Amino acid sequence: MIKFIGSVVVFATLSITGMSLRFSQQRSRALPADTLSQPARFGFGRAATEAEIAAVDIDVRPDGKGLPKGEGNALEGKAIYALKCGGCHGATGTEGPNDRLVVGDTTKGGARRIKAIGNYWPHATTVFDYIRRAMPFNQPGSLTDREVYSLTAFLLHANGLWDEKAVLNAKNLPKIQMPARDKFVPDDRKDGPEIR
Amino acid sequence: MTGKTALKYDNMLQPDDRKPLITSGKISRRNLLAGAAAASIVLVQTASGKAFQAALTASELADDPTKIPGVPPGVLGTRSPFEKPVKTPSDTSSRTPLQDLHGMITPSDLHYERHHGGVPAIDPTKYELVIHGMVEKPMVFTLADLKRFPSVSRIAFLECSGNYRGSNDGKIRPQEICGLTSQSEWTGVALSTIFREAGVSPKATWFLAEGGDAAVMTRSVPVHKGWDDAIIAYAQNGEAIRPEQGYPVRLFLPGWEGNANVKWLRRIELADAPFMTREETSKYTEAVGGGKIRQFSFTMDARSIITYPSYPAKVEKGWIEIRGIAWSGRGKVSRVEVSTDAGKTWQIARLQEPVLDKAITAFRHLWHWDGTPTEIMSRTVDETGYVQPFLKQLLNARGGNMGYHFNPVTTWYLQGDGAVLFKA
Repeated sequence: MIKFIGSVVVFATLSITGMSLRFSQQRSRALPADTLSQPARFGFGRAATEAEIAAVDIDVRPDGKGLPKGEGNALEGKAIYALKCGGCHGATGTEGPNDRLVVGDTTKGGARRIKAIGNYWPHATTVFDYIRRAMPFNQPGSLTDREVYSLTAFLLHANGLWDEKAVLNAKNLPKIQMPARDKFVPDDRKDGPEIR
Repeated sequence: MTGKTALKYDNMLQPDDRKPLITSGKISRRNLLAGAAAASIVLVQTASGKAFQAALTASELADDPTKIPGVPPGVLGTRSPFEKPVKTPSDTSSRTPLQDLHGMITPSDLHYERHHGGVPAIDPTKYELVIHGMVEKPMVFTLADLKRFPSVSRIAFLECSGNYRGSNDGKIRPQEICGLTSQSEWTGVALSTIFREAGVSPKATWFLAEGGDAAVMTRSVPVHKGWDDAIIAYAQNGEAIRPEQGYPVRLFLPGWEGNANVKWLRRIELADAPFMTREETSKYTEAVGGGKIRQFSFTMDARSIITYPSYPAKVEKGWIEIRGIAWSGRGKVSRVEVSTDAGKTWQIARLQEPVLDKAITAFRHLWHWDGTPTEIMSRTVDETGYVQPFLKQLLNARGGNMGYHFNPVTTWYLQGDGAVLFKA
């Protein structure tokens, strides 16, 4: 009899323990996301110095922010292009084998697929930014700012958007009106059944 | 190798196991096992003469693997030499062999690749991530710093938005059609955590993500994605991210086009307007009719593909389990519909758990084929009610243009002889 009562007590204790364990698990599951209990700041990492930022902050924006001092022109650009770019983009920027940069003759089929600077790029600043950061493909980042200005001037000129003799600089580059500018529309797809 | 055999080797490899093989004229069980294991190493080395990883020729294989001890445990696992799934590389991308895979996870070495200046070699001890621009405190984080922050993991797909190819002769595999999609478990620190650490200005609306590759590739991303679910990822499927996927650190934007998930991430700059980089203007944009070009189309629309049966598989009449994968950048896959009669009727496929948000979901549909030529196809319906469209619907919606974000239903034609061909 005593034995029997004992086992009942043990059983009851176990189930209470089990229950409280279950409750505590439920509570911990119901806790808010741990981000809420995070400190405002962890203090990991360190402050970036201005020099450190300047070393990597190479982007050029549509309003011209980020363009370096200096200038260039299409005539100089033409020579640099022949030396460093024509091999991939073709003698006049239309032949390839890689990306077509100049619109050129659109009457010979495939005009719809031409995505050159003169008919598809919405901002002239992007030309400068991209050449400076990534070109030439086999020597990325090797061009001087003057070379980049000159190449940009040459490519804009070849697309009929810049005078061959005019000096291109941080002031006038962002002002060039690109023909494709107004074609660009933000994504209008939405969640839901509509196919767009 | 069986579990039993593996245990033997564990015994052998005990660091304290330096007892002589024979003790007091008796051979202990433990040492006998150790001795046997040691002998088997020699046997394997002399028998095959090369690491098991290297493909064994048919003549080197034992007629009966139960009559020769297997190779011991190694420092790295290997794929069976009989299995040879490979990606198909071009100059700029490499495609995942979807038709050779099972389940929902892409093995890391088969994850698709798309690069703009090749794969850079980055020393993790020299790696730094700079965050600046419209922040209270411009900061630099090392890889070790990033790993100290609270971590997050999620399984989600990654897909290049230029992920569509067709074929006129039908001889095209899922790998070519849409092999620029893969899925991994990604682990890292939530970008929101880094945003808080640097004190991102409430006026910031976009951020520039810049890679440390030869293209120093850049994309502008809306700040809300950073607060929502973006991850600064340093791990993929449990290990450090592979170089091809951005080692040591990449940006991961669940459900958004691959290109914006900048690899080898070196810099984040907060701003109040997009930067209009080359990739987001002249590249990852699409003509949508009326002379308009759609820009900043980040979300990947729902898609699916039947990976079995598919070209180049050949099937026999009788029971066929149609298998495939489905995904949506807008949320979970609600259902996948499969047609085995060229789209006249549709059946609901069985979804394999887990069905995750913005993740590839495996589906299957058991079907009895009577051998009559037919067409089979699948379409995803996601939790927003989007139904994966047919090619014609997409062309109609976009002024007859193809291009990025092209996610049509893929149809397979089953010939009477069991050959499976892509049907445009």
